[in-house]
Amino acid sequence: MRNIFLVIKREYLVRVKKKSFLIMTILGPLLFAGFYALVIWMAVGSVDSKTIQVVDESHLFTNEFKNTETLVFDHLDSGIDEAKMQFRESKANALVYIPKDVIKDPKGVRIYAAKNVSMELKSSIEKTIEKQIEDIKLSQAGITHKILEDSRVNVQSETISLSDEGEKTSSSGAATAIGMICGFLIYLSVLIYGTQVMRGITEEKTNRIVEVIISSVKPYHLMMGKIIGVALVGLTQFTLWILLTMGITSATSGVMASRFDGLTQTLDGQAGAASQAPAASQHPLMEVLDAVNSLNIPLIIGCFLFFFIGGYLLYSAMFGAVGAAVDNDADTQQFMMPITMPIIFSFIFAQFVIRDPDGALAFWTSMIPFTSPIVMMVRIPFGVPTWQILLSMGLLILGFVGTIWVASRIYRVGILMYGKKVSYKELVKWVFYK
Amino acid sequence: MNIVDIQHVTKEYASHKALDDVSIEIPKGSIFGLLGPNGAGKTSLIRIVNQITGPDKGQIFFDGKLLNEGHIARIGYLPEERGLYRKMKVGDQLLYLAQLKGLSKQQAMDRLKGWFVKFEIKSWWDKTIADLSKGMQQKVQFVSTVLHEPDLIILDEPFSGFDPINANLIRDEILELRQKGSTIIFSTHRMETVEELCDNIALIHKSKKVLDGPKSKLKEQFKTNTFSVEYKGQLNGMIPQEDIRQTIPLEDGYTRTSIHVPAGRSSNDLLRELISQVEIRSFGENIPSMSEIFMRAVNEVPEA
Repeated sequence: MRNIFLVIKREYLVRVKKKSFLIMTILGPLLFAGFYALVIWMAVGSVDSKTIQVVDESHLFTNEFKNTETLVFDHLDSGIDEAKMQFRESKANALVYIPKDVIKDPKGVRIYAAKNVSMELKSSIEKTIEKQIEDIKLSQAGITHKILEDSRVNVQSETISLSDEGEKTSSSGAATAIGMICGFLIYLSVLIYGTQVMRGITEEKTNRIVEVIISSVKPYHLMMGKIIGVALVGLTQFTLWILLTMGITSATSGVMASRFDGLTQTLDGQAGAASQAPAASQHPLMEVLDAVNSLNIPLIIGCFLFFFIGGYLLYSAMFGAVGAAVDNDADTQQFMMPITMPIIFSFIFAQFVIRDPDGALAFWTSMIPFTSPIVMMVRIPFGVPTWQILLSMGLLILGFVGTIWVASRIYRVGILMYGKKVSYKELVKWVFYK
Repeated sequence: MNIVDIQHVTKEYASHKALDDVSIEIPKGSIFGLLGPNGAGKTSLIRIVNQITGPDKGQIFFDGKLLNEGHIARIGYLPEERGLYRKMKVGDQLLYLAQLKGLSKQQAMDRLKGWFVKFEIKSWWDKTIADLSKGMQQKVQFVSTVLHEPDLIILDEPFSGFDPINANLIRDEILELRQKGSTIIFSTHRMETVEELCDNIALIHKSKKVLDGPKSKLKEQFKTNTFSVEYKGQLNGMIPQEDIRQTIPLEDGYTRTSIHVPAGRSSNDLLRELISQVEIRSFGENIPSMSEIFMRAVNEVPEA
C-alpha cells in the first residue's frame, strides 16, 4: 500500500510541477474571463450611432423611423438617383429607399450601403416598414389601433415541478444550461485525463523503465497509482479553475457594472424599437440567479463529483489498457476508436436527452455505465427520481470495477510485450491468462 | 546455504514454453552466471525471481523461505533494456526508486550522497536524465539497482554500454558488494565476464537447464585430457596417430601439437616419451574455456 501512495505522489507532482499545468491553470480562467469580458465589451463598444438616410417616396413613414441611441434616421427630400450619387460623400452608413407603391409592392424596398448591412439593422428596418404597412391595411379594413392593442395578450408561463417536497418553481432554461455545462465538462475531462493516463503508460513502456518499477511495485498498484494520480491532477485543476474564474469574473463584473447597466438599457431600447418587448418585470440577471437558486445545487455538485470520478475511472482504465498494449503513441489509433465512440455518442445522446429528460432514451442511456456519466449529469438539474440516481451510480461502480479488472489484466501482460502489433484477439487472450 | 533455490519451474506462454522444469541453486555469497543463447528463457527466469511474473509450476525459495512480496525489497534488478524517466531529475528519480524499495527518504538521501561522491557525479543531481549521455544514465541506473543494499543483485548484461574505464569501475563495485555479503546473478553472453568473475554458472538452452555447478567443476568435467606441446624436432610416430588432435607449425621453427592422453596414462608418461625425442619449449594441459563449454553444451542438445 505504501508503494501505491508513492506512485500517486510521483504522478501527481510530476504533472502539477509541469509548466504546462501552471500555464493551463492560469490561462484557462483568463481565457474564459477574457472571452466573457470581450463579449460585453463588444456589445457595449459597438454602440456608436449609425446614420441611416431614408428616401421615402410614399411619405407614409415620415414619423415611423424613430431615432435611438444607435440609429439616427435622416429623411431626404431628394430623389433616389440623386441620393445615391451623394451617398458616398454623406458618410451615412446606409440608404433606405421606399418606393411610392410600397403598400401594393412591399418587395420594392431597397437598402443601399457602402459595406454590408448587419442582419439586425436590416430586420429592424423591415419590421418598421412591415408594421406600418400592416397598420395602414388594418385601418383600411376598419380595425383601429385600440382594438389591436386589446387583442394582444401576453402569455408567460412558469414551469413548476411537482415533487415530493411539493411545488417548486423551476426553470428549464437554467436546468438546460447547467445540465449541458456539467455534461460537457465530464465529456472533456474524461477525454483529456484519460488520454493523459494512456500517454503516461506508453511513456513508461517505451522508456523501458516499467520493468524496473514493477520489480518493486505490483503492476496493478502502478496502474491504479497512475490513474488516481492523474485524477487528483484533474480535480486540482478544476478547483483552481473554479476559484480563479470566480475571482476574475467577479473582479471584471465590478469594473463592468456601470457599462453593463448601459448595455441592458440599449438592449431594451433596441428591442422596443424593433418589436413590442414584454415589459421586463425584473432585471434579467436577477431572473437568472433566481432560476439557478431554484435548482438543487448541493445535489448537482455531489453528483457531478461522483459521475466525474466514476466516468473517469471507467474510461481511464480502458485508456490505460490501450497504453499498455501498444509500443508507441502512433499505434494507439486502432484501439482508441471503440473507447472514444461511447464518449462521443453519450455527448450526442445528451443533446436529445436535454429536450426530453424523462424519456426512454434518457432513462436507458443514463443507466448504461458507458454513457451514464454524461447523460445522467445532463438529466439531474431537471430532477431525477432518487432510485434512478442510485441505480445509475451502482451500475457505474460495477462498470468501473469491471473495466479496471479487465484493464489490469491487459496491462500486466502488455507492459512487458514489445515489438509486435497486438490484435483484439490477443487482448482477449491476455485477459484470461493465469 | 542457497540464497535462491529454484525447483522444477515451468512457465508457458501462449505460443511457446519459456521454461521447462528448470531447477537451479544459487549459493549465498557467490557470483552466479546465468548463461544461454538469446531466447533461451533467461529473462523469463529472472522475471519470475523478481516476481514480475509467476511460474506455472514449481517453487522458488528465497533464503530458505517460499518467495513472497517481502523479498522484493531484498532484490536489486538491472534489466537488460535500461530505462529511466527522461524528464525527471536524477536526484528525484533515485529517491523515488529507493523509496519504492522500502527505504525512507532520509535513508535514501544519506546513501545517495555516498554514491554521488564515490562516482564523482555530484553535479548531476538536478539534471534530467535526458541531459545525460548513455554511459552516464547507466551509472545512475546502477546506483538505483544497489542503493537499497539488496541481498541479491540481478544484473542483466551489466557492462553493455560502458567504456572500459567505467566497466572497470562497475566491476570493482560488484566485487565490493560481494565482499559485503551480497549474492550477484549475472545474465550475460560475454564469456570473458563469466571467466573472470563467476564462481558458479547455470546454462539454459531451449527452455531447459542443460548444465550447472561451480565453474571449476565444470571445467574438470569438460576436460578432454589433451595437452599442448611446443617443441623442435620430429615425433617419429611414437605417439599413436589417433591421439594427435592438431599440429600447427610455428613461424620460428617450432611446432605446436595437441595430444590426447588416453585413460590409464598420465601427463608425466606423455612428457617422458616426448623428452626422449624432441626439444620441449612449453607443455600444458588444455583447460576448456567457458566459451568452449558453452558451445559444446549447446550443440550437444538435440534439436527439438
